[in-house]
Amino acid sequence: MTRFSLGKYLLPTYVFLTFLFLMVPIGYTFVFSFNDSIKSNIIWRGFTLDNWLNVCDQADVCGAFGNSLLVAVTATTVSTVLGTMIAIALVRYRFKFRSATNLLLFLPLATPEVVMGAGLAAQFLDFGWTKGLTTVIIAHVMFTLSFVVVTVKARVATLDPALEEAGRDLYASPMQVFWKITFPLLLPGILSAAMLAFALSFDDFIITQFNSGSVDTFPKFVYTAASRGIPPEANVVGSFVFIVAIAIVIAVQVRSAMKKRKLLSK
Amino acid sequence: MAFVAFGSQAPTKEQGPSKTGRAALFLLLPGLFYLALFFITPLVSLIITSLKAPSATGAIGRYDFGLEFGNYVYAVTQYAPQIFRSFSFAILATVIALAISYPIAYFIAVKSRNRPLLKGILLTLVVAPFFISFLLRTFAWKQIFSNDSLVVNVLKDIGIFGADSYIIGTNFAVVFGLVYNFIPFMTLPIYANLDRLDLSLVEAGSDLYASPSKTFRKITLPLSLPGVISGTLLTFIPISGDYVVASRDFLGGPDTAMIGNVVEANFLRIQDYPTASAISVMLMATIVVLVSAYVRRSGTDDLL
Repeated sequence: MTRFSLGKYLLPTYVFLTFLFLMVPIGYTFVFSFNDSIKSNIIWRGFTLDNWLNVCDQADVCGAFGNSLLVAVTATTVSTVLGTMIAIALVRYRFKFRSATNLLLFLPLATPEVVMGAGLAAQFLDFGWTKGLTTVIIAHVMFTLSFVVVTVKARVATLDPALEEAGRDLYASPMQVFWKITFPLLLPGILSAAMLAFALSFDDFIITQFNSGSVDTFPKFVYTAASRGIPPEANVVGSFVFIVAIAIVIAVQVRSAMKKRKLLSK
Repeated sequence: MAFVAFGSQAPTKEQGPSKTGRAALFLLLPGLFYLALFFITPLVSLIITSLKAPSATGAIGRYDFGLEFGNYVYAVTQYAPQIFRSFSFAILATVIALAISYPIAYFIAVKSRNRPLLKGILLTLVVAPFFISFLLRTFAWKQIFSNDSLVVNVLKDIGIFGADSYIIGTNFAVVFGLVYNFIPFMTLPIYANLDRLDLSLVEAGSDLYASPSKTFRKITLPLSLPGVISGTLLTFIPISGDYVVASRDFLGGPDTAMIGNVVEANFLRIQDYPTASAISVMLMATIVVLVSAYVRRSGTDDLL
């Protein structure tokens, strides 16, 4: 009897409390984005919408946010294209040096960011390249690429090659087969890979700090501001990104749930 | 172009991955070349830099090519406490994160298996911290535990803390922050593994009169070991190189610096590139040894 009730209530209670713990700093950041602070944002001084309405009064926050968006969009585009190509090759083709390829793709996932960041910075120093937006984008494509491969690869593996064969049997050109059959079927995987790459790039700090020179991204701005106090406008940007991301995740889940229901009702 | 070649050579279902040749090269080469240029050669640059000698001109931040293996000796003797601290923190935080995460992953994967809505909500909550900058989250903890905060004052009032006790800047605060930041990295791989757990095996255990705890130890836990291992790697590796949490501007203090802090300070502040590189090379070597032990166990195809 005791064991039964323990098993029934202990685990759910534990899970609930842990989730509460996970949400504490998120809630804190959100609440303090409404703080009517003067300079630093440490003590609660009262509620205001001012930080949300005039985010760009803190020009640094806005500029850094813009840079982060630019870097994330560019890096995500490049690494999604390169990564999808690799993922297709890994599942569909047999080739020499397969384990070397697997290892080369795995290593960036297993390397501490500080090593990748310092290594690239040392290389840029040797090359005599000036650090800036370009070097940040180069770095972000590098460390997001393997994540894209892993995510798309899982989708390619579920694809039935017979569908493409049917297309070819019906005299579709290789181009048509790819764009009319393969690509639409892979799209959900490619989209989630792109979302993952975007999130990783947008939130990256360590590799960015080593390779950005004087350019500020949003995480870099927060790190630099931490010594003198992070302005509430940074909390606004963080909370805004959080709300958008959660909305996207919920929309995707609702959509797939509705699809499932439709399929079941047919 | 590459996709055209792909379309014409896709194998039939029975053959599985079989076709080889130019199509595969077209698809693979751009990405692999990119990684060679911006992942592999930087590691070589790091090794070369770690052996450089101070420039003959004596200018700050200028170094000449050399074979100064003494840089490694200097790095180890100079920064032994930080290196030791990094691995102690990383091991401790990984173990705590595992203890916290396993029951959560189990609850989501096994107990919520037939309740898709609950499962969806819980999974969203696990990844939710990813959606807000980890610097903001870490800074929030700093403020929550700061010296005049509610938490510290309550601890003082009920007598757990003395009048001059504090949290921020201690080893506890740093390990706490590391554990918090990496719980999702530990939970997700274990969840992904337990999600595929065949529950009929667990039932078989109880049919044969094994107690629930014995069934867990003999069936569930061993089967979930691959998930535990990848979660451990995904947590341990980033923690060993992290320098945000232990930074004095975040949860750390004067005596909490980790390897990452040393590399950051040497590389970006005092421009001692050889020392920073030597430490990075040693960190990388440690990780490669760890990973190759894992590869020897499970092969390369399960890596990705």
